[in-house]
Amino acid sequence: MKVFLKELFFELRKNRGSMIGVVIIILSVIVAVLAPLLAPHDPTHIYTDSLNLPPSFVAGGSSRFFFGTDDLGRDLLSRLIYGSQVSLSVGFAVVVLSLVIGTFLGVIAGFYGGLIDKTIMRITDLIMSLPSILFAIVIVAVLGPGISNAIVAVSIVAIPNFVRIIRAQVMVEKSRQYVAAAKLFGAGNFRLMFIEILPNCMAPLIVQATLGFSDGILNCAALGFLGLGAQAPMSEWGTMLSDARSYIESSPWMVTLPGLCILIVVLSFNLLGDGLRDALDPRLKKQS
Amino acid sequence: MLLSVKNLNIHFKSDRSPSPIHAVRDLSFSLKQGEMLGIVGESGSGKSITNMALLGLLPDSAIVKAQSATFNQHDLLNLKEKEWQKIRGREVSMIFQDPMTALNPFLSVQYQLVETIQTHLKLSKKDSIDKAIELLSLVGIPSPKDRLKAYPFELSGGMAQRVMIAMAISTNPKLLIADEPTTALDVTIQKQILNLIKMLQEKNNMSVILITHDLGVVSEYSERLQVMYAGEIVETGETKELIKHPHHPYTHALLASRPGALVDNQKRIPKTALPSISGIVPAFNQRPIGCQFNPRCEFMTHECQQGHIGLTTEGPKLREYRCIHPLMGSK
Amino acid sequence: MEQKLLEVKSLNKIFEIKKIFKKSLELKALSDINFELSTNETLGIVGESGCGKSTLAKVLTKLEKQTSGDIMLSGKSYGEYEPHEFHSAIQMVFQDPYQSLNPRKKAFDIIADPLRINSNKSEAEIKELVYTMMKKVGLREEFGERYPHHFSGGQRQRLGIARALMLRPKVLILDEPVSALDVSIQAQVLNLLMELQKEFSLSYLFISHDLSVVEHISDRILVMYLGRIVEYGPRDQIFHNPKHPYTRILLESAPKITGDKSEAHTEMSAKEAPSALYLPKGCAFASRCPLKTDHCLDKIPELEMKEGRLVACFNS
Repeated sequence: MKVFLKELFFELRKNRGSMIGVVIIILSVIVAVLAPLLAPHDPTHIYTDSLNLPPSFVAGGSSRFFFGTDDLGRDLLSRLIYGSQVSLSVGFAVVVLSLVIGTFLGVIAGFYGGLIDKTIMRITDLIMSLPSILFAIVIVAVLGPGISNAIVAVSIVAIPNFVRIIRAQVMVEKSRQYVAAAKLFGAGNFRLMFIEILPNCMAPLIVQATLGFSDGILNCAALGFLGLGAQAPMSEWGTMLSDARSYIESSPWMVTLPGLCILIVVLSFNLLGDGLRDALDPRLKKQS
Repeated sequence: MLLSVKNLNIHFKSDRSPSPIHAVRDLSFSLKQGEMLGIVGESGSGKSITNMALLGLLPDSAIVKAQSATFNQHDLLNLKEKEWQKIRGREVSMIFQDPMTALNPFLSVQYQLVETIQTHLKLSKKDSIDKAIELLSLVGIPSPKDRLKAYPFELSGGMAQRVMIAMAISTNPKLLIADEPTTALDVTIQKQILNLIKMLQEKNNMSVILITHDLGVVSEYSERLQVMYAGEIVETGETKELIKHPHHPYTHALLASRPGALVDNQKRIPKTALPSISGIVPAFNQRPIGCQFNPRCEFMTHECQQGHIGLTTEGPKLREYRCIHPLMGSK
Repeated sequence: MEQKLLEVKSLNKIFEIKKIFKKSLELKALSDINFELSTNETLGIVGESGCGKSTLAKVLTKLEKQTSGDIMLSGKSYGEYEPHEFHSAIQMVFQDPYQSLNPRKKAFDIIADPLRINSNKSEAEIKELVYTMMKKVGLREEFGERYPHHFSGGQRQRLGIARALMLRPKVLILDEPVSALDVSIQAQVLNLLMELQKEFSLSYLFISHDLSVVEHISDRILVMYLGRIVEYGPRDQIFHNPKHPYTRILLESAPKITGDKSEAHTEMSAKEAPSALYLPKGCAFASRCPLKTDHCLDKIPELEMKEGRLVACFNS
């Protein structure tokens, strides 16, 4: 594994885009972890004397609030900093949930084939036949709004991607002779699936996990925007965006800043994902 | 001389190593019209790279240098891609190890073969089809008319290789390069294909370079043999001479380690240990100084590890070997 | 004759090929296979692609189930074996040393896993056994920490052999064990196999298309053509006095290193094997056979004892 990571990093370093992605991701993780130290104000504290303040570098801004305040008088910079905590942990939770369930189902479908495979694949087809955000809305509507339900909904929507990728890879790997050799020394199905075959499916899994991160963040923000995700007073970028909608003309920074944050984080994960794909699979690079 | 190469060196640029990798070193050889040359070598010997260079098919990362390289009055060192295209397929043709991947699976035999004939020979469609049928029967394909309609997956490996050969000789090339043409085929089919290549060579007075890892494959067919090891020629000579009296320890060991080889004109006693070559072929970046074979050679001395070893030429029949301690006794 | 270790009795394997909108086809991969293997013996199995030799290996290792017929190992039918007992009795070395080793597992684990699964030995005992075996197959102890891609083809095949021997099987099936290796490496591996056979009293089933290799390593030879045995007998009989026309053609076609030119063959037409899906009514080899008579076209010849070997041909 160590050698594998070393090789991966070597390949990755050649790709400038993904290196930028890595740097931004590391920075945002640092920001999220150190949020209590970095944020100048309590993100939920309401400064009744300073509502709708523009950023400090714009005329009328105050040096107390670097990025200004929102309609309720909360410090925007602090809310954005705390928002990164929410977004990254949401992304992480979505990836872990969908990866674990998706991989499990994908391995089983690819390994056993037949009826099990057909059942699993038809269900994933069903999920994929609707636009993912629409399906997530349906799920949240059933479960009720809230950040944890949003995570569940977005994870369910992300599962089919993992199932498909893992299933295809498992089907290739299971016909290889090392699997036959393992059968010959009596390895059981569980061992064959998760100890022999699964480690050889890592490359596409890593790529999909990275891209799943950005999808998760984006979809959760969208649910937040629709009022189905994080609820006030939690500072989540999507919710902030939605709350600031009505001030888009009078205080454009309130919409722009959380939107930019989402854009940058999602973009950096996508850059990293593409770089990983190129590094892990040279064949894909030629095709796209 | 149809083909003459002097001091060919091929380097590859690589991200992973600071200096370019020296894949083929000081390679010189020549080929007369109508002659068959066998090139024998294991993986990593540089035999396939050399022939890709002769066809101008190396990737951009390759640096090809040579004192001279001429083929049929073309200077191969200064050809533009346009000029290569004129030579490739017309004056030199190539057949590959796996005929199934060399044929386009989506196009019928007729489409692939007739198109080749049409573009290269400038014949009408009808004449091209007649020519295609003629070629298919020449390469021994039964009921060639029906086979024209077939798609590659409907052909067996042997049939597909025959189609490849028909395509390769359709332009009456002066030189045919066959890169492991029978490795993917069964023994009985292998024999048929090699016989076919030999027959065509004699019939069309065509030159053939037969590349293989198996001494047995070339020994019955080629007039001359060239043994390569780790990017260098280690020995060349007339096939019969070379096999009966190998001078280079590598050639000798290669012959002796074959279970079917004769020892003092006697078949080896079954189930006895075979004389084997220890160690492995060095990787491109781990090649030794001096004689490339020295770490595996039983006759290795101090001098073998010093500097580059040149080729020694012996006798009138172009016998060459790269060794300080050649084996001169009978095998 | 010594004790029969492996006995194969009228073994058949039929694959059903399902087709949409069409009647499904039957592919007879193995038809009426009978042979036996004694302790310490090597049986060479020869034939071209599609002759059923790989299917035979799969059935013998229970990777595929036979359609009919019985296989006895040490006097006990395959069906009566417990999985653990079976894996300890018969093992296999695969053709492709690049595909048969898990690329994500260290060499040590590749060799140790058979023991970890099939025995209650402590990790210390396993370590000891693995290192002993690595030494026997010519791998240094420190190689245990490496992954397969660090090894050359020959070293990988040594790893594959070590893995197969860890459970101390009596029978080892060798499926083209040297054909993917460089010529200069083949002899090393063959020598190793011959040494190990003596040391562990192994019986080999050696599958190969390379006749010179088979001749060198085998005691007896079994020649297969399209799922049937066409000739079966002692090595010297088969190689020096082949009876079946297919065996003869096979031997004639094998490349020989003599340096003498082969006699010019004028016969240029391609004679190839019929498809295994549409086998003729009579002898499957008739379409390529120089000795063919009308009789061959409507009846399949049975194996008969002729000059010290079994041969399935009317006209031999």
